[in-house]
Amino acid sequence: MSDQSKLYEVFVRSRRGLDHKHVGSLHADDPEQALEYARDVYTRRGEGVSLWVVAAGDITASQESDCDSFYDPLDDKPYRHAAMYDLPEGIDSL
Amino acid sequence: MTANDSLLTYCLRLGDDALILGHRLSEWTSRAPFLEEDIALTNVALDFIGRARLFYQYAAELQGGDATEDTFAYTRDVRDFTNLLICELPRGDFAFTIARQFLYDSYVLLFMEQLKASKDTRLAAIGAKAEKESTYHVRRGREWMLRLGGGTEESHAKLQRAVDDLWGYTDEIFEVDTVTAGLIADGVAVDPTLLREEWLATVSRVMAEADLSQPSPGWSVEGGRRGIHTDDLGFLLAELQFMQRAYPGLQW
Repeated sequence: MSDQSKLYEVFVRSRRGLDHKHVGSLHADDPEQALEYARDVYTRRGEGVSLWVVAAGDITASQESDCDSFYDPLDDKPYRHAAMYDLPEGIDSL
Repeated sequence: MTANDSLLTYCLRLGDDALILGHRLSEWTSRAPFLEEDIALTNVALDFIGRARLFYQYAAELQGGDATEDTFAYTRDVRDFTNLLICELPRGDFAFTIARQFLYDSYVLLFMEQLKASKDTRLAAIGAKAEKESTYHVRRGREWMLRLGGGTEESHAKLQRAVDDLWGYTDEIFEVDTVTAGLIADGVAVDPTLLREEWLATVSRVMAEADLSQPSPGWSVEGGRRGIHTDDLGFLLAELQFMQRAYPGLQW
């Protein structure tokens, strides 16, 4: 790994039909190497069927200080949630 | 030698190649240049050790009696091991490990593709499993060859030296003796001589891409298949077999 190595965030899709989930990060010289290390580091126990790696620097993240303005106004709008519905039998994820 | 003996010998050769190289790779665990590569190298080591188990388990059935996979791994001495010499050379620096893997894996991938078609269904099944692993090993190896070859002056020099030092051990890979010849005729073993041209084309192409000059050492050694080894194998076995030598029959 050279001095230019970058941090990459790793996303794994555990099986078809599900979303890619963030599982961690690693260092690599380029995206191709990051993908191979992601395979070696995060899918050793058969965790996945698909991998994404994203340079951490390319992610724009919300800040702790955004919380009040971003999320609090949603607290009093329960009608936006589907919480009143019972999940039909046989559906695990919605 | 009966057909069963030949097959047993063949399985042990393939198992020994995998065990000894797997052990050499395992020596990098906790010592690789950085964490991600440490885990990657250990994964490859485990692929080889898993492969050794499959060959030894089959060999144990062929031998019969009390033999198990552990009998072959832990209770044989240097002269009984029939791995290729290239597999037992000390791990050297990182460039040496990468160069060895690339030269050897490029061959093993071609070999396993053919072993899949063996008339012996057990060998064919091992070939099918190993082919997938080796496809990844070659991909990794090629990238590292390009990275080191095209890296700094130092990484290039180390990789060139590694390839030069290893080249004389590659002839042995393609040798056929009477044991192999008989099994090839039966459609059981792979004929390595048929793989040489493609192997050379692959490694030459990648060496050129990595800006390396192809070695012409003018020397080559063999002997592994007859149990004639370098000094280094004895030290490797001393570590690998210590527990079973000190406490024979010890179980987990």
